[in-house]
Parts: sequence; structure tokens; C-alpha cells
Amino acid sequence: MIKSSAIAFVFLVLVLVGSGVLAQGRGDDARAMQADDAANPAFLWVKRGEDLWHVRPGPDAKACADCHGAAEASMRGVSARYPRYEENLRRPLALDQKIDQCRTERQNQPRLTPENDDAIALAAYVGLQSRGMPATANSDGPSAAYFEGGRRLYETRMGQLNLSCAQCHDRLVGERLGGSIIPPARVAGYPIYRLDWQGMGSFARRLRGCMIGIRAEPFLPDSSERVMLEFYLAAREKDIVIETPAVRP
Amino acid sequence: MIETTRRRFLATASTAAGFLLVPMIGGTPARATPADVALKIKELVGGAQIRKGLIKLDLPVLVESANAVSMKVSVDEPLPMDRLVLSFHVFAEQNPLPNVAHFHFGPRSARPIVTTRIRLATSQTVIAIAKCADGTFWGDSVDLLVALAACLD
Amino acid sequence: MRALINIPKTAKQGEAFEIKIIISHPMETGHRADDVGKPIPRHIVKELICHYLGDEVFRAELHPAISANPYFSFFALADRTGPVVLSWSDDKGARAEESMTISVE
Repeated sequence: MIKSSAIAFVFLVLVLVGSGVLAQGRGDDARAMQADDAANPAFLWVKRGEDLWHVRPGPDAKACADCHGAAEASMRGVSARYPRYEENLRRPLALDQKIDQCRTERQNQPRLTPENDDAIALAAYVGLQSRGMPATANSDGPSAAYFEGGRRLYETRMGQLNLSCAQCHDRLVGERLGGSIIPPARVAGYPIYRLDWQGMGSFARRLRGCMIGIRAEPFLPDSSERVMLEFYLAAREKDIVIETPAVRP
Repeated sequence: MIETTRRRFLATASTAAGFLLVPMIGGTPARATPADVALKIKELVGGAQIRKGLIKLDLPVLVESANAVSMKVSVDEPLPMDRLVLSFHVFAEQNPLPNVAHFHFGPRSARPIVTTRIRLATSQTVIAIAKCADGTFWGDSVDLLVALAACLD
Repeated sequence: MRALINIPKTAKQGEAFEIKIIISHPMETGHRADDVGKPIPRHIVKELICHYLGDEVFRAELHPAISANPYFSFFALADRTGPVVLSWSDDKGARAEESMTISVE
């Protein structure tokens, strides 16, 4: 026997869902956290990144600050350019890959996976130096081929659920998937503090979650697919402002 | 390869959803009940009546990211010295455990206000009780709707 | 167990000033299991205390229902220039403390 109060509850939820009243709530909390640096947990990572910036990682290694000086000056606008086409590699690099390249080639340090807390911390600290600035990643010259590759991936149906990124994150933005509001595909806030993760993560991690959700084999963080997608998303929209470090539901 | 992906998805979904849920392996997840909370409240107030007013519990009625819900507990009106707020006590009726937190205000506290972020396992009632220096207790509660996220990683 | 603490640099005597703290901590509830079903043990910050000029401002007893990387904001009454000390401890015995000075005019 179903209680009438239970029926009333279900009806209420369906009506609210249908009328879009539930559109608020989740985004509000995240936005409020992001608006106050003193309440944004991402700043735990930013502070760590600032510490790492000034530390010599080994006896023979320089600190980031030894070459780059004060990050507020030298890194201003830098993350806004990424992912960025590298002439000598002839492919784009994401910011986390560029930082890793500096660490391995110029500081003699071992590689870090993108989800390593120190890697996130450095990316958050460097990214913060572009906060409020317009994203300037572009698909000029030889990078156009990678932009096109990213666009094709974005629009290709994948996984057992046979969905493309574009279907949800372009065409159904603001609609609901279960209890979640579908966000637009933006990369200007990464690395992000995600409430569902209870921690900070990269675009690669977010992409992985989505692909597992549609039951596709996720692209590995260092794969060309991940970088092309990130490059496409960074370069396709004009007038996007860098929000790093963002808070998302 | 498809099989591996599906198993992995199911494993990570149950892990991520389980912040407040007892592992699904081994049967029904345990949860506190309104009766458990009533008992905790009785331990706190004894036989005293819990009055309406004074204390305000700020929580969103519709919660979607149940992992970090902003909560503010406050008394906003000026109080006579003998009715100073000593502490706030917050309970959740259907989390795995009834206690959320207890906040005590010391001699150098300026205002009885605290803001934090809490976790909620499911739709439920959250109750906040203020204890005052004159032995009075005041309560407020919020009934919340919680919807879980669609894709968990 | 690091934390980010924000207090104003200065305050007027008799004024309330806000103290904000974010503690880096997973606040593992003890209700979760890992990918192979093994229970993840509880690991939470249990207590946070704030002192100003040696007297207590605020004390919080925490339970697993507090979110990871717990955040608190509360208010102290500015009296005179001196230390604001925050200390916290978790259920594994780890303790941490940080002190900041507020100038009161």
C-alpha cells in the first residue's frame, strides 16, 4: 500500500522538475563558494602551489621562482593561452603538460600524473594568475587541424549510451539529467573544486567521469584525444573569462 | 572491453554515492531515525520545552550537491545578558548518524552565528537547537529535498 | 593538516570581526567502501577551537556529516591587539595550530 503522502511527494517533485523550479540550488551553492576566496576550498591547493613555486625540488634543481620570478608577474595571462600549439612538438600542449615539461626537462623531476595533488596545486596557482582575463587560446595556423580533430571528437557519438558531448553540453544546456543540471562545455575554470569529488581535479578527470557515465572507454589523460578536446573547447568560444580556480557541483 | 567499462562504472558509482551510505555489500545501509534524534535532543534539553523563535537555521530547501550544503545557524536579535547563547546543536534525522555538529560560543565570541558546509544522505529534516544561559532552549528546523547527481565518478 | 585562515588585519575596539577557516581534510565518513568493497575507515577532524587573547571564542565538535575540507566562519569581539589562535585535532591524534595577530585600534 502506498501512502498518500508518498504519492503527493512524488507528484510535487515531478511538477517541480517539469516547471524548472529545481533549476536553482546546486549552482547557487557552488557560485557562492567560488565568489569568496576565503571560503573556496580550491585555495588550499592554490596555497600549496604557491609554496611549491618557491621550493627547490632537489639539491641540483632550481625552484620555479628562480627562473620565473614572481608568478603574479611572469604567469599573468599565461594559462589563458592554453592549450597551446607547441612549434617544436607540432601539437598542442595543455597547461598541466607544459608545467610537467618544465619540471621534467628543466628541474630534473619525475613526471606527475595530472591528478597528483602537487600537479593540481601548481596548475591552480598558475591558473589563478589569469583569473578575470579573457581566454586567448586560438586555433591559428597549423593548430587548426587539432581544433578540427577536437571538434570531431566532441560531436561523435560514443559509448554504450551512444551519446556525443555536443548532444548534452551544447544542445541540452540547462536541462536536467536526473538531479543534475547539464552545464555548458567550458574549460575556463580548471582545475576545479568539484563538490561531488570533495576535492580538486583536472579537465582530464572530468572528461573521464563523463565518458564512464556514457559507458565509453575513457580517454587517458595524456592522450591526444583529451588534449584535442580541451584545445577545441578552449579555443572555440570568444569572450570567455578565466575563472580558475572554479567551484562546480 | 565493454564489460570491463560497465563493471568499473558500477563500482565507482557505488563508491562515490556512498559518502554517507554504508557499503551496499552486506545488506541494507543503516540510517539514523527521527527517534534517534529525539533521544539526542532529550539528552541535551532534559525536560525543558524547546521554544520556537530566536534561532534561525539557514539551509536550501532543494539540495542537489548533497556533499557540501551551506548551512548557517544564527541568532540575529540582541539578547539580554542572562539569555546569552551558549551553544548550537545540529541534528539530521536521516543521515547515518544523528549528530551533525555542536558549536560552543566562548567569552570572546561576538555573535552567535556560525556558517559551515554539511553532508546530507537523503531528503530529511535538519534540526538546530540553541541553548541559552538562562536554561531556555530554542529550535528551528528545515525539511530538505535531496536529489543525487546523475553521473558519479 | 594545513588550513587557510582569514581574519582582518585590523578592527575597531568593540567591533565584531569575522574569522574564516578552511581545513585541508578528507573528513572520511567511515560509511564508504573502496572499489573492491573494503570499508574505508572513518577519519575526521573532531574538534576546532579558537582563542583570542587567551580566551575561548568558539569551539566546534564535529561529526562525519561535516563536508570534506571543512569550512567555518564565526565572529570574535575586537578588544585589543593580540593573537587569534586556531587549533584543531582529528580522530587519529593529529593536531595543528595556527596563530595570527589582529591589530585593534
